[in-house]
Amino acid sequence: MYVAGCDVGSLSAKAVIMKDGDVLASHVIFAKPEPEESAREVMGKALEKAGLTMKDIAYCVGTGYGRDSIGFADAVESEIVCHGKAAQWLMPEVHMVIDIGGQDAKAIRLDDTGTVIRFAYNDRCASGTGRFLEVMAGAMDIRLEDMGDISLSATNPLSISNQCVVFAETEIISLINAGKNLADIVGGLHKSLAHRVAALARGIELDHEITMTGGVAKNAGMFAALEEALGVKLSKMETDPQIIGALGAALIARRAAEKDG
Amino acid sequence: MMSAGCDVGSLTTKAVILNNTRVMSHALIPSSFNPEKSAAEVMALALNAAGLTMKDIGFCVGTGYGREKIPFVGKAVSEIACHAKGAHWLLPSIRTIIDIGGQDCKAIRIDEKGNIVRFITNDKCASGTGRFLEVMAKLLGLELEELGTLSGQSRNPITLAATCTAWAQAEVIVHLNSNTPKADLAAGINQAMAARVAILAKSVGVEKDVCMTGGVAKNAGVLDAMEKHLGVPMRRLRVDPQVMGALGAAVLAKEKMEGASHVRSRL
Repeated sequence: MYVAGCDVGSLSAKAVIMKDGDVLASHVIFAKPEPEESAREVMGKALEKAGLTMKDIAYCVGTGYGRDSIGFADAVESEIVCHGKAAQWLMPEVHMVIDIGGQDAKAIRLDDTGTVIRFAYNDRCASGTGRFLEVMAGAMDIRLEDMGDISLSATNPLSISNQCVVFAETEIISLINAGKNLADIVGGLHKSLAHRVAALARGIELDHEITMTGGVAKNAGMFAALEEALGVKLSKMETDPQIIGALGAALIARRAAEKDG
Repeated sequence: MMSAGCDVGSLTTKAVILNNTRVMSHALIPSSFNPEKSAAEVMALALNAAGLTMKDIGFCVGTGYGREKIPFVGKAVSEIACHAKGAHWLLPSIRTIIDIGGQDCKAIRIDEKGNIVRFITNDKCASGTGRFLEVMAKLLGLELEELGTLSGQSRNPITLAATCTAWAQAEVIVHLNSNTPKADLAAGINQAMAARVAILAKSVGVEKDVCMTGGVAKNAGVLDAMEKHLGVPMRRLRVDPQVMGALGAAVLAKEKMEGASHVRSRL
């Protein structure tokens, strides 16, 4: 039996196709202006990889900010539930998930069954979300996905004094103009974002083990900065952390399909 | 002998020349990267307009974000004290001053003598500061001043759901893409700005009379929305609200000169 999960986020859309208990295929694309279009395209690509068509999918769950626009989804579920579900399915020891998305950040605590027991959420202030890094990458004229590698050669990450995205952007431009080392600036930005996300996580008390999901988790510099800000080692997942929401949706689809069948 | 005040802000630099009873001249220029140069330039303009030279100035007080870098001032004073002084000197009934600067916002409560009772500042978050309007004007391809004039023509102002400047920008882009009239965008932006500033003002406790100072006070859209939010009229001042900091600095300089001569006469 085949099931699917589709996660339409603000910056990217992801799809996961599962056969019984295994991930058969997954795909990630940049989000299109219309969430419906993103969903169709990313699911089409994932199906192609799996050699399937939509008719083969017994059940599909949609999630993410654009979840209500996914025409082919049989049901929708919040990203919080999906991230929790998938993280614990991959790593049963995980009891806390920190998910930094393109326009929000979440800290989620789970019980032993993968059920969400507490969560904290920031989508009010861009400075505690992936948007912070996105805006700064634009200001420095570097690619978002290169920031992690660049920061690895930082010897003395700078302290960025402004929290606000708008004010920090100006500060970064002056640091560049003052000839500061790019790696130290990027390292400073990671430290700055990590500090804010750590404060969000502490608000619901840290649990063990903690893992990081979402596209930002692929940034090695950010991963290390968050470990430092939290003062604990994070569990690193082998699966692409960006598809965790879609994977959780597929897992929920599997349960629903089993119930239906 | 005249007194002078010079206010080096993040966006503009202002100077005011004062004799005993009236403003002789004022000048305003965009700030450069060099606060020292901006201060010298604006002061030269103000002196020229009054037909004076630096020798005619008995004392000069500096204020604003670049106040420590002004070479010709005898004393540097905070903008909060200067805005309070300037507004109280013009209109002694003023008890609350809302000053929106280029990268901050302040709500100041004063007593009947013009002494500061309480104040609160936001310089952490760009929304609710002049920077919010600056970002939005740029997005709309308008001059900052046009946001105010254009919003008067709006029939159906947009509502911005987000407070954060970064998110509000994304909302405005969606509206731009769907060809919402710019007047409606400008009006909605001004209202969002006022809503944010009103929260700050309320937390300091608004007491009548109330006035706004700083460049944003010239934006009629923000001014009207502030009146609605706070439920009180905004008193219009007879001097450009953008030079209020420099005016307050000049008044403080005048008092300093009077104090000095008072001490001398007692000797």
